[in-house]
Amino acid sequence: MTSILTYTLKNLPSTSKWALRFSLRPLSCSSQLRATPAAQTKSKKTLAKPNIRNIVVVEGVRIPFLQSGTSYKELMPHDLARAALLGLLHRTSVPKDVVDYIIFGTVIQEVKTSNVAREAALGAGFSDKTPAHTVTMACISANQAMTTGVGLIASGQCDVVVAGGVELMSDVPIRHSRKMRKMLLDLNKAKTLGQRLSLISKFRLNFLSPELPAVAEFSTSETMGHSADRLAAAFAVSRLDQDEYALRSHSLAKKAQDEGLLSDVVPFKVPGKDTVTKDNGIRPSSLEQMAKLKPAFIKPYGTVTAANSSFLTDGASAMLIMAEEKALAMGYKPKAYLRDFVYVSQDPKDQLLLGPTYATPKVLERAGLTMTDIDAFEFHEAFSGQILANFKAMDSDWFAQNYMGRKTKVGSPPLEKFNNWGGSLSLGHPFGATGCRLVMAAANRLRKEGGQYGLVAACAAGGQGHAMIVEAYPK
Amino acid sequence: MVASRAIGSLRRFAASRTLRCPGYTCRNFSASSALLTRTHINYGVKGDVAVVRINSPNSKVNTLSRELQSEFIEVMNEIWANDQIRSAVLVSSKPGCFIAGADINMLASCKSAEEVTQLSQEGQRMFEKLEKSTKPIVAAISGSCLGGGLELAISCQYRIATKDRKTVLGTPEVLLGILPGAGGTQRLPKMVGVPAAFDMMLTGRNIRADRAKKMGLVDQLVEPLGPGLKPSEERTIEYLEEVAVTFAKELSDKKISVKRDKGLVEKLTSYAMSIPFVRQQIYKKVEEKVQKQTKGLYPAPLKIIDAVKTGIEQGNDAGYVSESQKFGELAMTKESKALMGLYHGQVLCKKNKFGTPQKDVKHLAILGAGLMGAGIAQVSVDKGIKTILKDATLAGLDRGQQQVFKGLNDKVKKKALTSFERDSIFSNLTGQLDYQGFEKADMVIEAVFEDLNLKHRVLKEVEAVVPDHCVFASNTSALPISQIASVSKRPEKVIGMHYFSPVDKMQLLEIITTEKTSKDTTASVVAVGLKQGKVIIVVKDGPGFYTTRCLAPMMSEVLRILQEGVDPKKLDSLTTSFGFPVGAATLVDEVGVDVAKHVAEDLGKAFGERFEGGSVELLKQMVSRGFLGRKSGKGFYIYQEGVKNKSLNSDLDGILASLKVPPKSDVCSDEDLQYRLVTRFVNEAIMCLQEGILATPAEGDIGAVFGLGFPPCLGGPFRYVDLYGAQKIVDRLRKYEAAYGKPFTPCQLLIDHANSPNKKFYQ
Repeated sequence: MTSILTYTLKNLPSTSKWALRFSLRPLSCSSQLRATPAAQTKSKKTLAKPNIRNIVVVEGVRIPFLQSGTSYKELMPHDLARAALLGLLHRTSVPKDVVDYIIFGTVIQEVKTSNVAREAALGAGFSDKTPAHTVTMACISANQAMTTGVGLIASGQCDVVVAGGVELMSDVPIRHSRKMRKMLLDLNKAKTLGQRLSLISKFRLNFLSPELPAVAEFSTSETMGHSADRLAAAFAVSRLDQDEYALRSHSLAKKAQDEGLLSDVVPFKVPGKDTVTKDNGIRPSSLEQMAKLKPAFIKPYGTVTAANSSFLTDGASAMLIMAEEKALAMGYKPKAYLRDFVYVSQDPKDQLLLGPTYATPKVLERAGLTMTDIDAFEFHEAFSGQILANFKAMDSDWFAQNYMGRKTKVGSPPLEKFNNWGGSLSLGHPFGATGCRLVMAAANRLRKEGGQYGLVAACAAGGQGHAMIVEAYPK
Repeated sequence: MVASRAIGSLRRFAASRTLRCPGYTCRNFSASSALLTRTHINYGVKGDVAVVRINSPNSKVNTLSRELQSEFIEVMNEIWANDQIRSAVLVSSKPGCFIAGADINMLASCKSAEEVTQLSQEGQRMFEKLEKSTKPIVAAISGSCLGGGLELAISCQYRIATKDRKTVLGTPEVLLGILPGAGGTQRLPKMVGVPAAFDMMLTGRNIRADRAKKMGLVDQLVEPLGPGLKPSEERTIEYLEEVAVTFAKELSDKKISVKRDKGLVEKLTSYAMSIPFVRQQIYKKVEEKVQKQTKGLYPAPLKIIDAVKTGIEQGNDAGYVSESQKFGELAMTKESKALMGLYHGQVLCKKNKFGTPQKDVKHLAILGAGLMGAGIAQVSVDKGIKTILKDATLAGLDRGQQQVFKGLNDKVKKKALTSFERDSIFSNLTGQLDYQGFEKADMVIEAVFEDLNLKHRVLKEVEAVVPDHCVFASNTSALPISQIASVSKRPEKVIGMHYFSPVDKMQLLEIITTEKTSKDTTASVVAVGLKQGKVIIVVKDGPGFYTTRCLAPMMSEVLRILQEGVDPKKLDSLTTSFGFPVGAATLVDEVGVDVAKHVAEDLGKAFGERFEGGSVELLKQMVSRGFLGRKSGKGFYIYQEGVKNKSLNSDLDGILASLKVPPKSDVCSDEDLQYRLVTRFVNEAIMCLQEGILATPAEGDIGAVFGLGFPPCLGGPFRYVDLYGAQKIVDRLRKYEAAYGKPFTPCQLLIDHANSPNKKFYQ
């Protein structure tokens, strides 16, 4: 009975009317309740591997994610990162000198603090003997920070690593034009007044036109929203579906916020401003309101709008990762294991945002799990259209066979287990910091809702993707 | 259990409901009886929008044939008569082609100008009905939308095009010696403005979708999609259709208007065009330019200007009459027949008649990074072929790699490539000085210096390192391939590939097979040539093959004419006014005086008396003085960087004076000079067919026009004889034979054609 029920649920076309889906909600709840004993029938009891260290997340925090241009707008990226680190220190009371290494992810770099991990760590009072480095891999930069840490621990180089991510979209480096830069550099080298004057005489007004950080994919010159719109069209995802999904994300995030489920958020006293305690991008609206918006990228007939895309966000996150035996020795009760992970990449033009589709079956295979083993899905929501297109791609044998070299589809995640506490669309998406939020959401959901395995997946600029299995730590 | 059944019925309900209100879903058509009976066109109805799909059977392209037109009229009449339908979308089901133009064979089958005029009038009437349709019609364009296809599209109320490289719009009629004869000359100026319309119709250039949007030729662009649940191409057409249906609905609901917002420049231009004086000036300017470029040899451009002018100055009706009449007249001209012949020949030479090669060439190696070698590399890497460019010296290699980079970078400047694409293409090229990696080469093209011993040496070196299946192709303009192959261990794998300089611009590739060359080897090089975008002729081996052999006697005559005291400038103007794109003296400079000398000596030896004319001594002395043509800065002319008007090389006067021969007055009129050059060319071409060097006259024409610049308006040497009569040519040759002897003796095949006027090279 149960199996038939879930089967029907999964096979509902995602284009079906919202109302229909809503009417199914109580049903899905009941199926989930009954699914609890099914946890014992998981294909694997644990993902621990012989001769490999178990790596655990002791705790992870983030400062509230804010829409860019709001309370954090006067700050610099390392200020946000420092706040996250201080939050982590406060929450865990970890002695600073225990930390072997610090890694942060970031995307748009502030040139003054290009190794933002080091600047934030010093400012947060970590030992100046603790090395720190910064990684960048677009929207999966924090994931890269975490997995780098995992690698350091697994190989026995470190026992305790702090991984995190930061992004400040309120301020981006806007440069002088190349011509202007060249002239300034040449001026620097010029020795005589004559040389200087002759250089200055070459100055033209257009030298002053500034150079903005690229919002477009370098290889294709296409902006991500544009690509998302094409992706949605390629998978025939309608505007209504996208708006409905965005509304779901905002509604669930609101609910999670109201119920106090977003326990990874730590308050941040912004200098000269009030203490920020919660995310400010959660705005459940109505389908009617959303339908009024004009498409943001492909005009006038596209489907991606401001309401069904993630917004520019400021924020930072940090996470304490340890070898299990170290954590236990220090008396911690870890939250989750970090298990198998993969990175994938594919065509940056037409499949820019399909990372999760490619990464999911691969990571499941590596872990020896199936979709039904997963109790909590936490996917990065860049755009509603991107999530729904990924669902369709994951649910298509044709796509699996023709583009992924697989015999069959992996299947799309059941919606009732998917991003239940909101996602990047509603909580916000500070590029470099989202990865840690995803892992903590999965870990916290497993603790709260019960269940053993969580699957984190994300897409990133450059046509890359990531997925990782998070296993709940036995209570 | 009950619950699942309940859901099942819910789903079924949803499905049936959507069927009942057709406005909701896109996938359900109310069936039309016509669906089964028509071959080229069918239509379905989405809500209140008719979707007309064009798909000619058994063809890669849709052309406006008689059948297609009549089916189209039928369908449109049904749509206009159906009260349920409020708007229509026209779309092609073929990826890569909307409508490629009118059916050329339909024109060719017409016997008289009146017949063609009538065809044009039918087209005009059909499109006028579209234009006046009260139900808005949206043309959804993906792929080539050319000629009649464009005229159809611009008669519609709205145009939406896919923004990809395959989608091009244009009026190429002028290239076939005709004009846009279905209202194009009248509608286009109103749509894009007179100057832009002239530019389109007089150059015949293809316009990409994004440019078309800027010009106002299309109203909306649709981005091409990647793969989703279907292959990209299929889904893109479907998406284009969905978008077009949305716009059609909005047009019929009057939510959007067909009127376009004009930019300031456009407004100013259209204001200027409302002043009669300005208009007259523009006509005059354009006419002058056309005269200068065509030398009056091509009638079509002037008639296009005339038809546009009539429409604007005397109104639509007069314009239509003028357009259709001129269309009829043009279709009957020799020029248009010649150009259409070339078109057919080109289509023929874009096919591989040797079948599919056993092995696809994925790794190519080129020896010699000179002008030719680097050029060949450039047209290979941008098609995704992994290419090794090998040279003997680092300096030579540097120059070659820079040439490839510059070629690609120029495309970036013209926005035909992005800098990223350039880099990724350029990474297909490996420059090296040794034979590393040749063990993987599927084909080696050598483009080393034209010296038999050197070619023998590299052939042996290459054969020592390449795998058994590897083809060895020699890029040479005159050395016989069988001689090169004589030292080969595997002569069946040796073949000639004669590229023309500059390789990235010249369309022709002459492939030379020896007695021993295997068919698979030929198939393989033709496949590579086609991939490189070349028009290919395959000829038999012999001194000078086909192209060089035709050019040599003409060049010999050039020398004689110069020795007779005609100065190079005059000679150039005589040849260009006959229709050659480049003057004869300039051509020698471009080819290189040393190369010309080489060829003249080699072929002179091979063919003896028949190739006599001017004295090779002239070339020898020029080479010894360092006058090698453009590459050395001096030849017949002096070449300076940045100087446009080249001046004569006065140092040559002495040489010319010392070699002067007295002109023969009865064969020295301007016209005689022209014909002395052309008849020798034509005679030699026909001799090549006679001797079996050429397989078909069509290849001969293509080779002459695309490789040597034989006047396109004459259609190539064979078409020229067909159109103007073999007897006339023989008469000319006999006259010059009397003065100069054997070089002008007409060949047997030409005499045969003169003797029986029904004999034609093209039946």
